Amino acid sequence: MTEPNPTLRLKGIVKTFPGVRALDGVDFDVRPGEVHALMGENGAGKSTLMKILAGVYHPDEGQIFIDDRPVVIRSPIEAKEHGITLIHQELSLAEEMSVAENIFLGELPRKKWGFVDWKTLDERVGTILQKLNADWGPRTRIGSLSIAKQQMCEIARALTHSAKIVVFDEPTASLTDAEKVVLFDVIEDLKAEGVGIVYISHRMEEIFKITDRISVLRDGSYRGTLNTRETDEDEITQMMIGRSLELHRRNIEHAEEGEEVLSVEGLSCGRLFQDVSFTVKAGEIVGFYGLVGAGRTEMAETLFGLRRPTAGKIRLAGEEVHIGSPSEAIEKGISLVPENRKEQGLVLGMNCRDNITLPQIDDLTAGPFVANGAEVAIYDMYRDRLQIKAPTWRTLVGSLSGGNQQKIVIGKWLSMKPRLLIVDEPTRGIDVGSKSEIHKLLRELAHQGYAIIVVSSEMPEVLHVSDRIIAMHNGRITRTFSADAVTEEDLIQAISGLTSDKAA
Amino acid sequence: MADITATQDGSGANRFLHWIIHHPIWAFVVIVFIFFSVMNEHFFALGNFKNILIQASTLGLIALGMTLVMINGNIDLSVGAVVALAASLTVDIMGWPMFEGWGNWQILPGVLAGLAAGVLLGALNGFIVWKTGVDAFIVTLGAMLGVRGLVFVYTEEQSFFAMNFAYSDFGASSLVGLPTLALIFLVFTALVHILLSRTVHGSNTYAVGDNREAAVNAGIRVGPHMMINFMIVGFFAALAGITLSTQMGASTPNLGTNFELWVITAVVLGGTKLTGGAGSIIGTFGGVLAIQILRNGMNLMQVPAFWVLVILGSILIGVLFLDKQLNRKGAEELRL
Repeated sequence: MTEPNPTLRLKGIVKTFPGVRALDGVDFDVRPGEVHALMGENGAGKSTLMKILAGVYHPDEGQIFIDDRPVVIRSPIEAKEHGITLIHQELSLAEEMSVAENIFLGELPRKKWGFVDWKTLDERVGTILQKLNADWGPRTRIGSLSIAKQQMCEIARALTHSAKIVVFDEPTASLTDAEKVVLFDVIEDLKAEGVGIVYISHRMEEIFKITDRISVLRDGSYRGTLNTRETDEDEITQMMIGRSLELHRRNIEHAEEGEEVLSVEGLSCGRLFQDVSFTVKAGEIVGFYGLVGAGRTEMAETLFGLRRPTAGKIRLAGEEVHIGSPSEAIEKGISLVPENRKEQGLVLGMNCRDNITLPQIDDLTAGPFVANGAEVAIYDMYRDRLQIKAPTWRTLVGSLSGGNQQKIVIGKWLSMKPRLLIVDEPTRGIDVGSKSEIHKLLRELAHQGYAIIVVSSEMPEVLHVSDRIIAMHNGRITRTFSADAVTEEDLIQAISGLTSDKAA
Repeated sequence: MADITATQDGSGANRFLHWIIHHPIWAFVVIVFIFFSVMNEHFFALGNFKNILIQASTLGLIALGMTLVMINGNIDLSVGAVVALAASLTVDIMGWPMFEGWGNWQILPGVLAGLAAGVLLGALNGFIVWKTGVDAFIVTLGAMLGVRGLVFVYTEEQSFFAMNFAYSDFGASSLVGLPTLALIFLVFTALVHILLSRTVHGSNTYAVGDNREAAVNAGIRVGPHMMINFMIVGFFAALAGITLSTQMGASTPNLGTNFELWVITAVVLGGTKLTGGAGSIIGTFGGVLAIQILRNGMNLMQVPAFWVLVILGSILIGVLFLDKQLNRKGAEELRL
């Protein structure tokens, strides 16, 4: 069988940063009409490789060929001119601007004199949005859309012009299942048009569903390329981390349930969620599962005092409480590990120790000064307990991997000695290896008697960690499952609002 | 950027409400206008309105350019010094002996030199911001001090007087029933509004200020783009300096002192965010009018000048507080 010539070929790419060899002789190629997955743990060099393709970084050695011609990509503009489109994982949008302007940013259709051709723009964006099954229009302000919809707009950029290569960097990180279907259709269409696609994702089930080949990076070096049809998850995982994992198991151990820590009755907050009632016992993990926008995160934020409930009661250990602010929540023993750790959970420019002691810095004083020794002691304790891998406490949190950053956030809240720990999307953007570590950690914490709420949009995750699963749809609880009684089908039905209330 | 409608099919009243929430300064302009019309017999008069527009034209012209720069997420503190430089250059050069036989055409080289100085200094500001990555606040703070120094060096601390009376007559002239200076201001307001809301450059201005990384990723040449906006504000500062000197028939080295602060006040009152990414010429126009109506009205009511400053300062803070309240999301808002 003769293979078509690759559209894009990278040969022996080397990129070093001071002290690190981020890429060490990486070979990679994409054929027209193929979906080629790029996998590897966080820090394996995927992002660096993509930034080289985008013209943000320049390789120290090695060559890039497009249609067999060697090219040098010096800037994002040149990358575009060579037909490379990047769909970023972290949304790259101008929030105050319209959907149409964002999708065509940098290449707005023009009339004479540099005027924007709004008619053409609206038509073309309208067509693209229709293809994406969007229920919003080209003139909607993009900042008013949910994260998932913003992600779809980001994806829409792949369709604006005839790209030769489209790179999707974790496109499904915040998409719901329905939107994923649309995305996969889009990818199919692009394939049919002969576009070469690079697909970066941590989610195995997607990789095996849509890709043709898989290349794996580990610690900056190229580990090989496999045909998707001839391999399986275990082999890929082993290539990525050098050992195999048991990720997709359901939680079978049961923590000993203690006293009721939290009981919520009829909690509502405007249109965001209504009439939410549930309890959490010590030693138990309750998973909240639902689509983006189902009201899970908002419910967690209300418990933490970030939003004011419009109705309902919150009881902590049987006692009714009003939580007016995060500081009151912390005082009452509630901690929230937020959805977006980089924006809401960490001060990236501060070191590990200072991040962990941030909420209690007022109490850690010696005279008018901050007590250094006490701070280091707290950091050391949680470093050992959570196995945080950082060279010293002086390391800046921004330079740690996603998994270790998340552990710092969890450590920070554990050090406040909470009774109830709320974890929102604990493993978003974290590689498989660290994912299972975080899951194990959460189970251990439950064993130690913490009451834990896990909010997640990943089904394997809720199945893996929860003792009970509460499904939400459109701001309401649709069903509650116990870990032994849940099936994936029931869960999907419950979060799509297909079943009526029924306690399991 | 085109007006983005939150509600696609709003009724007329609804749309008006929506418009006012986005440009609260215009509600304020209407209120002070009515207030002074009732309180002072001299305020509501065609002559006074023309007066307000002429007075507004100086700050207004600079504010047009400043709006672009501030939507970019930058700022230009050197505009006041550029006003003095352009005025001094223009008035001095048109009196040079070599242009003596040119008649009224002797004004032209002076005006061109003044405008060119403004554009060049703007280009220099923009170039330094682009290439060094130093914050625009710092770069233009330096330019503000440096350019003011240059003005004193150039003028040897002297005022210049325009010997050609056509120059000072221009400042007092009228065209189609409107003062020429007011007309210049209105025409440029319309032009910059079109530039910002209809052109690719305008869209990019918002994009760069809203999310610079996204703009870079999208292939917008951010550096040159910002430099163009600095050149535009430099042009307007120079033009304002020239129109101001036509009003006085002279230039002084202290001309335009504190103008940068007044201009920024007007732009911010008009709803432009200091962090960039949002703002409009319609808002800026309202901001400029608000300041000028207040100054004019209080002047007519013989409020002492220092109290005018106190009142304007309080109003700035009050309006921005109101703006924040109007644009809140109510009970469901995340409290931070």
